[in-house]
Amino acid sequence: MVFEKIREIIAEQTGKDAEEITLETSVKDDLDADSLDLFQIINDIEDEFDVSIEDPESIVTVKDAVDFVESHK
Amino acid sequence: MLKGKTAVVTGAAKGIGKAIALAFAEQGCNIVLNYRSSVAEETIREIEAKGVKCLPVQGDVSDFAFASDMMKQVKKEFGSIDILVNNAGITRDMLLMRMKEEEFDSVIDTNLKGTFNMIRHASSIMLKQRSGVIINMASVVGVTGNAGQANYAASKAGIIGLTKSVAKELAQRGITCNAIAPGFVETDMTAVLTDEQKEKMMEVIPLKRYGQVEDIARAAVFFAENTYITGQVLNVDGGMVM
Ligand SMILES: NC(=O)c1ccc[n+]([C@@H]2O[C@H](COP(=O)([O-])OP(=O)(O)OC[C@H]3O[C@@H](n4cnc5c(N)ncnc54)[C@H](OP(=O)(O)O)[C@@H]3O)[C@@H](O)[C@H]2O)c1
Repeated sequence: MVFEKIREIIAEQTGKDAEEITLETSVKDDLDADSLDLFQIINDIEDEFDVSIEDPESIVTVKDAVDFVESHK
Repeated sequence: MLKGKTAVVTGAAKGIGKAIALAFAEQGCNIVLNYRSSVAEETIREIEAKGVKCLPVQGDVSDFAFASDMMKQVKKEFGSIDILVNNAGITRDMLLMRMKEEEFDSVIDTNLKGTFNMIRHASSIMLKQRSGVIINMASVVGVTGNAGQANYAASKAGIIGLTKSVAKELAQRGITCNAIAPGFVETDMTAVLTDEQKEKMMEVIPLKRYGQVEDIARAAVFFAENTYITGQVLNVDGGMVM
């Protein structure tokens, strides 16, 4: 559930197909996201799950984001 | 060229803001009219008479949460935010030596933080659209300073720094951010000045007339139509500052 939603957010921001995105995907390296994309993804995840990601640098792969949300819900 | 776009104007119930709202309505933009205390029914009808929609939203620009709510509402109602004009502003003139903390804070809160709040929440929507025009109301005193306006001049100089930083950050998504620096414009804000103060002003205006709200509104439309301009401060001041 969390993964699906995060995948949707990342797909929308990067213009990639959701199917391309797996837990192992690195948002920056695999999806050519620039820093603005990354911050927007972080913003959208925060809004969607009502969490606060203090250290955006710690989020590299999709799994990092999913783990963060699941442990902070 | 601007037909069907959504223009958000803060502090738009009267003065320069109202003129800007009307000018964008004239261009066919739907208008989001932010106001704080009240807005005349007639103003809304005047905008709608131009064949566009007008959404009045009451709230204080210095309130971060309000800015967020308003942008969400705009997105829901109109689907996009194409133009944002941060016009809401106040003065609390006083010589520095006698300026109260509250007089400093309230001016910074409305003018500078209010501008930040709106940009902060509109920009995430503009970034997604990969387009947007942001226009901030500075003032020539933000460039020159002015005795009796340390708070106001600081807020307007702050707006200029904010404008240039935002222009740099958002340029990669095709979003422009510019500031207009009016000189002396005849509105309620300047109506409180004494005749003597006004005459002194006139002496430093080479074009020898006070600015009208429409002069500022035309500059705002210009920035919306010229999306190859960003990070600039345009003085609209009859030549006061060159
Ligand atoms: N007039 C000039 O000569 C001149 C020169 C340089 C720059 N400017 C700038 O141009 C802008 C417009 O000025 P103006 O002359 O049109 O002034 P104005 O006639 O006093 O209008 C200012 C508007 O801003 C609204 N406002 C104030 N605080 C607000 C807040 N916290 N949240 C939302 N709305 C708020 C006011 O609403 P309420 O009445 O309900 O409070 C009012 O409708 C200002 O940023 C001003 O600094 C004006």
